[in-house]
Amino acid sequence: MKLKNILIGATALVAVSAAAASAGSITVVSWGGAYTKSQVEAYHKPWIAATGNQIVSEDYSGGLAEVKAQVEAGNVSWDLIDVELSDAVRGCDEGLFEEIDPSILPDGADGSSAADDFLSGGINDCAIANIVWSTIFAYDSSVTSGVDSIDDLFNLEDFPGKRGLRKSAKANLEMALMADGVPAAEVYAMLETDEGVDRAFAKLDTIKDSVVWWESGAQPPQLLADGEVIMTTAYNGRIFNAAVAEGMPFEVVWDGQIMDFDLWAVPMGAPNKDLAMDFIAFSTDTQRLADQASWISYGPARKSSGALVGLYSDGVTEMAPHMPTAGPNLANALVNDFEYWADNSDELNERFNAWLAK
Amino acid sequence: MVPPVHFTERVTMTDSTDAGPVLAADGTPLKKKLAQALFVSRARAFGLVLPLLAFILVSFIIPILSLMVQGVKNDTYSANMPASTEIMKGWDGISEPTEKMFAALVLDLIKAREEKSIGRVATRVNREVSGTRSMFTKAARKAGKLEAPFMAAMLNIDEDWGNIEVWGAMKVSSQTYSAAFYAAAVDADYNADGSFERLDEKDRIYVYLFIKTLLVSLAVTLACLALGYPVAWLLASLPMRTSNLLMILVLLPFWTSLLVRTTAWIAMLQSHGVLNNVFVWLGITTDETRFSLIYNMTGTIIAMTHILLPFMILPLYSVMKGISPAYLRAAKSLGATNWTAFWRVYFPATIPGIGAGGLLVFILAIGYYITPALVGGQDGQLISNFIAYHMQKSLNWSLAAALGGILLVIVLAIYWLYDKVVGIDNMKMG
Amino acid sequence: MSQKSLQDAFVAFDHVQKSYDGEILVVKDLNLQISKGEFVTMLGPSGSGKTTCLMMLAGFEVATHGDILLKGQPINNTPPHKRGIGMVFQNYALFPHMTVGENLSFPLEVRKIGKSEREEKVRLVLDMVQMGDFAYRRPAQLSGGQQQRIALARALVFDAELVLMDEPLGALDKQLRERMQYEIKHLHEQLGITVVYVTHDQSEALTMSDRVAVFDDGVIQQLAKPDDLYERPENAFVAQFIGENNKLEGIIRAQEGDNVIVDLDGGMTARALAVNCGAVGDRTMLSVRPERVALTGDGSNSTDALVQELIYLGDHIRCRMTVSGHNDFIVKVPNASGHKHLVVGENTKVSWQTEDCRALDA
Repeated sequence: MKLKNILIGATALVAVSAAAASAGSITVVSWGGAYTKSQVEAYHKPWIAATGNQIVSEDYSGGLAEVKAQVEAGNVSWDLIDVELSDAVRGCDEGLFEEIDPSILPDGADGSSAADDFLSGGINDCAIANIVWSTIFAYDSSVTSGVDSIDDLFNLEDFPGKRGLRKSAKANLEMALMADGVPAAEVYAMLETDEGVDRAFAKLDTIKDSVVWWESGAQPPQLLADGEVIMTTAYNGRIFNAAVAEGMPFEVVWDGQIMDFDLWAVPMGAPNKDLAMDFIAFSTDTQRLADQASWISYGPARKSSGALVGLYSDGVTEMAPHMPTAGPNLANALVNDFEYWADNSDELNERFNAWLAK
Repeated sequence: MVPPVHFTERVTMTDSTDAGPVLAADGTPLKKKLAQALFVSRARAFGLVLPLLAFILVSFIIPILSLMVQGVKNDTYSANMPASTEIMKGWDGISEPTEKMFAALVLDLIKAREEKSIGRVATRVNREVSGTRSMFTKAARKAGKLEAPFMAAMLNIDEDWGNIEVWGAMKVSSQTYSAAFYAAAVDADYNADGSFERLDEKDRIYVYLFIKTLLVSLAVTLACLALGYPVAWLLASLPMRTSNLLMILVLLPFWTSLLVRTTAWIAMLQSHGVLNNVFVWLGITTDETRFSLIYNMTGTIIAMTHILLPFMILPLYSVMKGISPAYLRAAKSLGATNWTAFWRVYFPATIPGIGAGGLLVFILAIGYYITPALVGGQDGQLISNFIAYHMQKSLNWSLAAALGGILLVIVLAIYWLYDKVVGIDNMKMG
Repeated sequence: MSQKSLQDAFVAFDHVQKSYDGEILVVKDLNLQISKGEFVTMLGPSGSGKTTCLMMLAGFEVATHGDILLKGQPINNTPPHKRGIGMVFQNYALFPHMTVGENLSFPLEVRKIGKSEREEKVRLVLDMVQMGDFAYRRPAQLSGGQQQRIALARALVFDAELVLMDEPLGALDKQLRERMQYEIKHLHEQLGITVVYVTHDQSEALTMSDRVAVFDDGVIQQLAKPDDLYERPENAFVAQFIGENNKLEGIIRAQEGDNVIVDLDGGMTARALAVNCGAVGDRTMLSVRPERVALTGDGSNSTDALVQELIYLGDHIRCRMTVSGHNDFIVKVPNASGHKHLVVGENTKVSWQTEDCRALDA
């Protein structure tokens, strides 16, 4: 009797695992926290429901090191990875990512072709954008008030206290120049020159002693909440999440924001490449991108999704004003120049580290 | 008075006075016979060690050797750009690039684009001169359509192709074996003509970091010694039951996960943490002038001292445990005060323990990585953090290997120095 | 004990008690006076309290009760380094990181004695122990006997009047130990120092000492000159502990002057000196030294004996017999010319003099 039960159980198990294998499964790697949750709700669940495939969700903290290690070892276990634009371009150049045929992308809900529908720069050889996010700075309105421009981040006189900044050259140099009076449109041209870089570092020097450096996206809201800093740069979605979902009195300053894409890319030699491509096409259609925006305040990469963005998942908060792409927020906004950073990030990060360590 | 005792030990086994080899009973030379007799036991001993030896070879020696090689070897350029590599061997690094060189470059660019290796090549050259990356990727895209004369065609794409610096960077990159990474690891530039040049003041970082790492390690070692010595003494002199209890407290850090400990330090030391709250409450500081105890050098030193303390205490304890209390008593009976007895008699006897603990802590501290990364903030970062940075973030593994190689040499040098000054055999680990 | 004699003694223990745990007294009411220039040995089994007494005198242990006096002054509160007492330790305790010369110089240095005088004294004391050539050696390079000499020299170099020795010869082999015993004895006589010596080796104690204090159970069982101790033990412990002893147990039947008549358990009736026994009817233990037993029937105490075992020891023959029910009765037969040859299983007569038989506590 007992033996029989075991046999039945074992047969059932084999049957189930065989079914799972035939249906397929992909490993999707993203940044964790509220961001991954938004993707699970908006992309994963509908895709699983529509195709019967499974998704294993993993977290990473950005960069190409792990992908590079997997590809070079010839043992790739990831099928799809959410990357920043500069990493997408660089990984593509270095042969770490599969090329993506843009014809798999569906037309927009308004009928426009994918090429027209995606924001410029959203379709790349090896990566397809899903969201637009932004590096902004935020403050705790219960402690500080009257902060409204990028200048204030560097204004120790009127706003004494610690600042949180991301521990890398990227974003800090641009914000320093904008705070020093360089218009957003001229920032990268300025940074191409040695004088421009010196000027940015000189501006950073003025607040260096008051800076707490952060590395992972989850840190800035925590630093603000702990009172370690009075204002901090951050990814806008994290601040939105803390403010709306957790009720923290945090305010975002959109002046001087730096916009960037997050994109899907498939590691070279991914075990389930075809399924991953299918997932990319599915998740970047007009409706999915709009759905994601109701879980986190990152803007959809398709223009056609904008009209479909509605309320936050709490059912009350209107999402549109919290998007980096919302009209008023774009007044003094900078779009990240991935080419500049792909070319210069090594040298600038070296110099940044040298500057930091002294 | 009794005359002094003199021993003359003289044991003579055989009476043979001839110079020939001593023979065993069956006529074979005794040495050979002995070797045969010992062979089996030696073979067995070697067999016992063999698995570990193989493991160390595979998991330690080979990786270290390959690391040392990676610090000088990088064939990214030479493997993917063979034509220009070949032609640049004959270039002096100073004169203007020729049409032939451009032709070879275009040939290589077409090939690299096809093989999707252009990104890696571009990244390699970009490490020598920033900004060249996009020059390569752009040129590679258009290379297929270029026609002779190639020099003009390339200059047409980007006039920087005429820049001698770019070609110098390519020549340096094309050398499979080069000193470029080791030069970078000591804040110098390796030029195409084989000369070295120190970097600008604002770009220098690694020499400063190496020195800082050594100083921090020294500070941590001294702090461990100052804190650990009395504890080790107490452990060695208390009755067994009490000292066992104390020993558990000493070993507790070993049994706690690193992250748990670090989190505890953060809760303890941050500006609104326990310690600062106590200081404010005691009136040592005010609410506005709370001390910065974490995310800086202070935090790094405090946390590293805590984590490495057992490595100092254990060797000290084992040495002190072996010091007979009779020495101190003897010193006191001879008229020495407590302090003199300690300083002249007890302390010298603990030097092997100080040496072992100090060396252990110092060498561990030099390579410490996680703790400074978590609580070091900006100025508490050590050289290992930058090795990790180049491994994980910038992906410049060759520079990481060069930095690691230098670190290894420093550790070996310290070990050698220790052997010269104190003597390795004068070290007790426990 | 009169205050006067305490003041006069060079070293005096006055009602000293010592307990480590507050429950057990390891030294119970110790009274001992040592004169200047005397060589006194504390002898006893391990755990008898002898080493504790020495450590209290040296200052490494504090007396729980009572006074210890040095030259008439209480030294209970004087730290060890101010007592000026030389000490030789069990395993020599030579400082391993110093040369022999530095070891000897150490007590002089801490006394702030000038360099030339130090060197002179070190040279003299090294010559005294015949180790003049060894000043630059390290202790580890010396043999046990040589280390012993240096340890001795170090205790003497600063002219201590009192030298304590804690089983100093315990680690040496027998031959060397005997040689060193004589040497220490000679040094003692030559320098006129006072020595308090601790050992568990009775032959060492008998060889060297002016007086021996036999310790057991925290109490001095007997304090006497070596010959008194051996020939006139005052209690059963001392009789058993010092030398070889035949014990015969029985009940006191009668007392006649200095003597008692004892009915032994084995049936024999013996006459003995009443040394430390109870009244008529009490149990007692008779002590007879093996060498005082004769193989004749004409002593004042005579009885039959059965030879059980013979051991040839060169100068004498050890003979184990059954006497009065005890089968571990030992007789030493001197290997003199014409001595009686015994055979195992033989019946013979043994006898001893009344004054050689001491009635002690049972």
